[in-house]
Amino acid sequence: MAKIIVEVMLKPEILDPQGQAVASALPRLGFTSFKTAKSVRQGKRFEIEVAGDPTPAQLAEVEKAAETLLSNPVIETYIVKIEK
Amino acid sequence: MSFRIGVVTFPGSLDDRDAARAVEMAGGIAVPLFHASDDLKEVQAVVLPGGFSYGDYLRCGAIARFAPIMNSIVTAANHGFPVLGICNGFQVLCESHLLPGALTRNSNLHFLCRDQKLKIENTNTMWTTGFKQDQEILIPLKNGEGSFQCDDETLNALESEGRVIARYVDFDPNGSRNLIAGISNERGNVVGLMPHPEHAIESLTGPSTDGLTFFTSVLHQLVGR
Repeated sequence: MAKIIVEVMLKPEILDPQGQAVASALPRLGFTSFKTAKSVRQGKRFEIEVAGDPTPAQLAEVEKAAETLLSNPVIETYIVKIEK
Repeated sequence: MSFRIGVVTFPGSLDDRDAARAVEMAGGIAVPLFHASDDLKEVQAVVLPGGFSYGDYLRCGAIARFAPIMNSIVTAANHGFPVLGICNGFQVLCESHLLPGALTRNSNLHFLCRDQKLKIENTNTMWTTGFKQDQEILIPLKNGEGSFQCDDETLNALESEGRVIARYVDFDPNGSRNLIAGISNERGNVVGLMPHPEHAIESLTGPSTDGLTFFTSVLHQLVGR
């Protein structure tokens, strides 16, 4: 059993108000090490479970899905990786 | 003669009835279109209404883009067929790449519902010819993800080509770049607008009747074809 992981993040130049809210809330809630954090960015993670090792065809298809559905290339970037 | 204007219902659309009503008030025939069919039913223009298609899962408009009706609409729009996307409809148009950019979470993270003043800056699109240049209108704005974002190159193109059709006035509701409330494609047949003209067609229920002009504009344009 392996997982194909797709991680989607907003591009650095795109405003992330959710990340900003998290960044300002954490120190307020007592997580003091976040006081010195330069920023917090929030993203999405998709886990696709497959039986056995992912085949090249599966990976190619996930790549295509990541580019067309799971992320919006106008505002987001993605990476695909495998976890065993 | 009167023209047939389709209004698409996706799972989670909210404002399809109001949009259909606005079409009828403007003098058109509103034709309900369904997301799961690719049949445009011989309509001469289409409105993608507001709401939360597919629950806004993944990203607003991201799943609606793959609905069968959208294949027909994208093909037709590339041949000059008029399309107006309102709110969620605007998001669907961006996800479908009929319009550039994307709509992201409001900068203050709050869902916002207010009567919003706009300035109409392009009166040459299929949907805005009835307005006067720089006319100020007041229509409802209600969304959580209305912040228009795009890269600098796209922003420069939109500005220099006059494709910003409406801009927020007096108040920045969501952090949109350059206070952009609505844009058009290069040809001017596809327009996306975050605020809701279909809720401003009667004085009983709307802050004005300014919204009706979007619908009368396209009907006049269709007559001229």
